[in-house]
Amino acid sequence: MIRTENIVKKFGKLQVLKGVNTLFQSGEVISVIGPNGSGKTTLIKCILGMVVPDSGKIFFDGKDISNDFSYRKDIGFMPQIGHYPENMKIGQLFAMMKDLRRISSELDEELLEEYDLNNMYQKAMRTLSGGTTQKVSAALAFMFNPKVLILDEPTAGLDPLAAEILKEKILKAKKQGKLVIITSHIMSEVDELADSIMYLFEGKILFNKTIMNIKTETGEDKLGKAIAKIMKQNNHV
Amino acid sequence: MFKISKYVFYDILRSKVIIAYTLFLLIISCGLFIFQNDISKSIISIMSIIMIIIPLVSIVFSTTYFYNGYEFIELLLAQPLSRRTIILGEFIGIAFSLVTAYLIGVGIPILIYAANATGTVIIISGIALTLTFISLAVLASVATRDKAKGIGISLMLWFYFSIIYDAIILGILFAFSDYPLDKAVIVLASLNPIDLGRIIILLKLDISALMGFTGAVYKEFFGSNFGLIYSISIMIVWIILPLSISIKIFKKKNL
Amino acid sequence: MGNNIAYGILMRYLSFFFNCLILVLGAEAHTVNVCASCFDKDFQSAIKNAGVYDTIILKQGIYNSINTIINKPLTIIGENFPILDAKNQDEVISVIADHVNLIGLDIRNTNEGSIKDYAGIKVYKVKYINIINCQLNNTLFGIYISDASHVIIKGNHLKGLNYGKSNTGNGIQIWKSDSVVVEDNHSEGHRDGIYLEFAKHCIIKNNLSEQNFRYGLHFMFSDDDTYINNIFKHNGTGVAVMYTRRVQMINNKFIDNWGDASYGLLLKDMTGGLISGNTFSNNTIAITMEGSDKMRFEKNDFLKNGYAIKIMANCMLDTFMLNNFSGNTFDAATNGQLMDNLFKNNYWDKYEGYDLNHDKVGDIPYCPVSLYSVIVEQMPYAVMLLRSFTVDLLNRAEKNIPSIIPETFQDFAPMMSMHKR
Repeated sequence: MIRTENIVKKFGKLQVLKGVNTLFQSGEVISVIGPNGSGKTTLIKCILGMVVPDSGKIFFDGKDISNDFSYRKDIGFMPQIGHYPENMKIGQLFAMMKDLRRISSELDEELLEEYDLNNMYQKAMRTLSGGTTQKVSAALAFMFNPKVLILDEPTAGLDPLAAEILKEKILKAKKQGKLVIITSHIMSEVDELADSIMYLFEGKILFNKTIMNIKTETGEDKLGKAIAKIMKQNNHV
Repeated sequence: MFKISKYVFYDILRSKVIIAYTLFLLIISCGLFIFQNDISKSIISIMSIIMIIIPLVSIVFSTTYFYNGYEFIELLLAQPLSRRTIILGEFIGIAFSLVTAYLIGVGIPILIYAANATGTVIIISGIALTLTFISLAVLASVATRDKAKGIGISLMLWFYFSIIYDAIILGILFAFSDYPLDKAVIVLASLNPIDLGRIIILLKLDISALMGFTGAVYKEFFGSNFGLIYSISIMIVWIILPLSISIKIFKKKNL
Repeated sequence: MGNNIAYGILMRYLSFFFNCLILVLGAEAHTVNVCASCFDKDFQSAIKNAGVYDTIILKQGIYNSINTIINKPLTIIGENFPILDAKNQDEVISVIADHVNLIGLDIRNTNEGSIKDYAGIKVYKVKYINIINCQLNNTLFGIYISDASHVIIKGNHLKGLNYGKSNTGNGIQIWKSDSVVVEDNHSEGHRDGIYLEFAKHCIIKNNLSEQNFRYGLHFMFSDDDTYINNIFKHNGTGVAVMYTRRVQMINNKFIDNWGDASYGLLLKDMTGGLISGNTFSNNTIAITMEGSDKMRFEKNDFLKNGYAIKIMANCMLDTFMLNNFSGNTFDAATNGQLMDNLFKNNYWDKYEGYDLNHDKVGDIPYCPVSLYSVIVEQMPYAVMLLRSFTVDLLNRAEKNIPSIIPETFQDFAPMMSMHKR
């Protein structure tokens, strides 16, 4: 579905990505994790076309995405912190997004209903709390039934109930055969949702394994501990 | 593209700045027409004011809007839209708002009080200046991510075109005052959209006679059909060039 | 001075009256009618047959008049404007005798050539001539007075040959003459509307001179002349007066002389004249003067001109008082550093001073020369910056810290409000 070939990106002197090769397949939930500043967000932004890599190529459905934008119709993106036009009301925002995306597939407004956003259409975006803004982001990401979902820290800032709803939604998407890429720091959540983990460290992929493998290799039952163990081993090496 | 423009326009319409700007222009131009009983004097005053205000407001407002609307651009970037479309959409949206404000604030009073060739030229030059300075604002905005820097660049551009450039011209004319500068002067005028606009308006006011034999140089050139096509083309270049450079930069920009 | 003028006018009218008296009382005078069905059918032979001081009445009709020479005192009166046609061959009428009156004639079609100054009516070396209510059309020169004195030219309408083109003569030309009155005439479409050279003690009054190719009024070496209530409008270059002493120009209007090289009034090497009560409006330059001394400019209105006054540094001891300056792009321009002229109690619409003691006179002087006008004077190309923000800033800076503009070029007591006329 999505393949990256030797992605390199520098911001000034700082080399953020040092040759990333990955392959994301449909029907799986992949969690990209790594310490702060390891290049997770940059990698996601490269895939979204918001950051242009210095070298390397990204293929979406086998097509090179440089100088292309139409592939983004198949991506639903939920940013870490959603920024929206402040003067807009929720209703107007949704209407606009529907207007801008020439809708081909059926709309998925489940989250809209479950988060009760329908009844907040008259609220202006600038008056919303961080959590509500996240709900809006989530609803938008799922709304157009995309083949790929990219969720950057999806549950951060959501109340437990809302987070639960989102998780269920993610699992449902997986069942529908979608590719879901999640970045997260919450290991329990990753454990719950993801099939495999891609660990980025200082701009390189340290490992890319299924959670099952990680657990059996380390003999740990809890994902958090397992990861920590791997890190320790690597440091010894 | 026009969908983006539509939302930009709605967004700008909601802010009070554009309404204040419209009213400001309207009050000034109506005031000048009503309290100045000589229409040609009012026209000259209006011209002097729009030559300062329009570039300043256009460039500062557009730059500020561009930065304040960065979320919107971010949102758009994740959508299946090309960056060119996004920039053009933004440009057209801002342009539509500011041109509308100008047409209401200055165009309508002129149509009421001075619906003649001079009035038409003022309206057209005003629109061209508005578009040019929005285009320059877009360039300033994509050139740097820092809002303060971007607005700083905008103000510098305005300052350059409004004051510094003319001072440089004076310097050049002084340094080469012994040479025939007919052609040089036309080129110099073309390199500043504000000067170009002002000269075209003044020529329509038949003030060229005042300019003596050198005025004849301008009149002969800018007054001719070729000159008209030339000035219109130059104005269009002034709108399109910064915009297309902006698109080039924006295409490679990391957001 | 005023008495002199009044006396002069009186004398001239008396002489006219005296002429008429001769006509009426002349014992031998007869009246001859000329028309197609009359005994005298031909204009020229009628003159030939007439006795001195006779009156010839020309009935309506068309008469050939290829340089008809009037060589005896005669009064020729046209009824309903009989046409005297020179058929583009020569002059129409030449007057070479004293005491001739020409009234109500329609004079047409002089020769167009340049060998001679062909005129509709040429008056040569004579005295006591009246030319009244005539129409002159298509003449190279209209009325040409040479070496004459005591001439009255009144109520005539003159239209030039090749209307508006350069190869035409002057409407009313007065050469080397004395005591000529030019009144109520309308002169248009000539090279110069009214032209005087070496003409002394003349009065030019209530005339309209417009649409002339060069000057509305042009005079040189013509001392002690008076110009009252004339309108000089829309002429190629305006009015030019040169090399003349003690001229008086009162209540005239100089308007719409707008063009690359136009001005309302050009004064060159003039001395001791009075320019008063005139209106200068919509001229590229209202007054431009060089080498002119001791001129007094009083109570004039300078409205909506490009430049109100351009005064070269070789002008001295001129005074400008009680004038109104309003709506001019530049109030004044000069080319030098020194200025030895007096400006006082004028109203300037650009004056930004104040009047704390409420005496209606501004408390700080006004400098009518802007820095920019000085710059344009030296670097003409700088006109491209006319009305630009930069120029505005420059002018304001110079006003606050004067360094280039001659400090003596100031109105030390500018008025706070416009003088009412």
